[in-house]
Amino acid sequence: MKPDLTRVMPYGDTLNDGKIQLSFSLPVPAGDEGKEAAKQLVQKIGFDEVQIVHNQDLGENFSFYIAYGSLKTAVDYTKIKVSKVNVEQMDFYQVNSFIKKHLNRKVVVVGACTGTDAHTVGLDAIMNMKGYAGEYGLERYPMIDAYNLGSQVENYELIIKAKELQADVILISQVVTQKDVHIHNLTEFVEMAEAEGIADNTLLVVGGPRISHELAAELGFDAGFGSGTLPPDVASFIAVELDKRINNTEVNDEQSYD
Amino acid sequence: MSKLNLDLNLVDRARSAAQNIAHNIQQMVDQHTTVAVERTVARLMGIDGVDLLGVPLPNVVVDHVHQQRKLGKGIAWWLGNAMVYYEIEPQQLAEKISAGSIDLGQVPIQPEDEIEEAINLNACLAMQKIKENRNKRSELCRQYPPGRSPCQYVIVATGNIYEDTVQACSAVRQGADIIAVIRTTGQSLLDYVPYGPTTEGFGGSYATQANFAIMRAALDEVGAEVGRYIQLVNYCSGLCMPEIAAMGAFERLDMMLNDSMYGILFRDINMKRTFVDQYFSRMINAYAGVVINTGEDNYLTTADAFEEGHTVIASQFINEQLALLSGLRHEQMGLGHAFEIDPKTENSLLYELAQAQLSRELFPDCPLKYMPPTKYMTGDIFKGQVQNALFNLVSVLTSQGIHLLGMLTEAIHTPFMHDRAIALENSIYVMKAARNLGDEIHFKAGGIIQTRAQKVLHEACEMLEEIEGIGIEETLARGMFANVRRMPEGGKGLSGVIKRAAHYTNPFMKLLQEELQD
Repeated sequence: MKPDLTRVMPYGDTLNDGKIQLSFSLPVPAGDEGKEAAKQLVQKIGFDEVQIVHNQDLGENFSFYIAYGSLKTAVDYTKIKVSKVNVEQMDFYQVNSFIKKHLNRKVVVVGACTGTDAHTVGLDAIMNMKGYAGEYGLERYPMIDAYNLGSQVENYELIIKAKELQADVILISQVVTQKDVHIHNLTEFVEMAEAEGIADNTLLVVGGPRISHELAAELGFDAGFGSGTLPPDVASFIAVELDKRINNTEVNDEQSYD
Repeated sequence: MSKLNLDLNLVDRARSAAQNIAHNIQQMVDQHTTVAVERTVARLMGIDGVDLLGVPLPNVVVDHVHQQRKLGKGIAWWLGNAMVYYEIEPQQLAEKISAGSIDLGQVPIQPEDEIEEAINLNACLAMQKIKENRNKRSELCRQYPPGRSPCQYVIVATGNIYEDTVQACSAVRQGADIIAVIRTTGQSLLDYVPYGPTTEGFGGSYATQANFAIMRAALDEVGAEVGRYIQLVNYCSGLCMPEIAAMGAFERLDMMLNDSMYGILFRDINMKRTFVDQYFSRMINAYAGVVINTGEDNYLTTADAFEEGHTVIASQFINEQLALLSGLRHEQMGLGHAFEIDPKTENSLLYELAQAQLSRELFPDCPLKYMPPTKYMTGDIFKGQVQNALFNLVSVLTSQGIHLLGMLTEAIHTPFMHDRAIALENSIYVMKAARNLGDEIHFKAGGIIQTRAQKVLHEACEMLEEIEGIGIEETLARGMFANVRRMPEGGKGLSGVIKRAAHYTNPFMKLLQEELQD
């Protein structure tokens, strides 16, 4: 029983059964009408065999539903293309020796949570000495001079600091994405970086739970890292990309699954 | 009775070191005031509203004296002097200052006894208003008893205060006892408090006095319906710490996030500014009957929870001693800590239990604010629900007071309405199922839990004694808390710290000190 990769569907317990679970609230009181409204909505998405398996009163004329249904559409997995940072993953030791061998100097990395964003968890996971999930952070890398400027750093402050430190890399972390505040902030940063003439010689990297490489590239960054990124992922990219820029070595930019 | 077999001599040593640390901080505090403290005095004296540019009048009044470098005498004195001369109220003075028709620095100096009388009369009004709110709370709590401990605490964070009230009331109907309105990101660094009701914010709603009143009314209403007094929380932190305390006292907030070092460490606010501001803000909170929540949980999001457990305990001791100096009672100290050990750690549950029980035994009369897992929450909401269930279990087992509900979508977005309902269902179920389990359990002598707690206490005691030796400034400069380094002359807000003049006047500080003595 081999799935047809040109027609991939969700899997519950039988190939191509299309089973999906959903949960959501509606701004209507709990009751039979609410349940029916939930069912019709799920049908409108394109689900068959819709079951509202749970409904609950949330008060204030709101109600909560858990639904199951079968999706009848499929995707062609063989045609999927994903834009991503394509660098062979190196570990802590490999990154350091790569930098030593190819660049023969320390790489300066400046990181900050910019704008009003006060959430440093992601930046700290990548930069702090201790790192995250057993991987050392950039501060621990002997071939990297890492400066963590912390939270709520204004874009212009970050640029001034980066120029002062002659940064090779600027790392920006954005966690708060409500009302697309991160998009405005990141766009402003790139515009300032270009106006200040540092965009060409400095790698601009952004990370955060809602950040993809595709989004980052669209905004004018050199790379974007989403959730689950560990320090060596970022360090490997920095090492290889700087080598490519400084020593004109070639690396493929895109990778596809076909 | 101790379940951890703690060395009481070690507890005394830790507490005494913290006491000395707090007294040293207080010596510095007693020599200074800040623009925020003075704006608070202006607010307490009745100044409110904004000018044509939207600048709050307390800022207008305080800034124009500060620019003349005359704030060391205290804004109350300058206002009192003008009140006597012009025979008008502080609010009218503020409006005239804003219009440019009065300059407090140019008003002829009036007899000192008349100034004092004018100030004191005015100050009594504010004190009376705060006292009435405190009485009103007691009365409502008799009529509608608050939820039982550990109290279920959830946040709302829509950015629109009216939407917030809908979310809050829904949560109350699912069993929430405490509602915190998260502030818009970045408000802590504003050197003024925005004005009026607001409907736009990022990751939260502006803390304004009007927003406080809107949520207070909504919670009183739904509380009466469900028969529980619902406690309202906001953030007494950042550059306007004492002003928020005053506004909260006027609008009967019940809890305030109010840490002595959080702003220094996590918002890079100058340490002098923070310590001076926290003192006055805590005095107001103390008098208003507010329970403060401290922020030790945050240390564990930047530093490792297993390795840095002792820094949480050390900070709790410092927060306790500083709170006592501000007149807060132990029942008003929601000392913070968190369930943040990496879930991949073997026996992580035992270490969490050890830490939570340790806080419980060291501060038996404090409600303790227990924070849920955040650092190791992922997009896997199903696993997140289990992490939260373990957290709920530890909380009920160790009798925490203020239980912040973990959201299964913690790593994804500010909570949806049903995320909160799911969290409350989880917590209420676990706590009901294990309600008296703590009473039935003793920890094995010399076992993993006792050994861990004793080790953490020992390290905390050593850390406090080291801080006692080097002083708090050097401690922060070395990055001993949260792995964050801060310099005494660094950080935001230092230009708003002012040396008190010989005859510094702050009627509220005097009245509060008297009131809080007994």
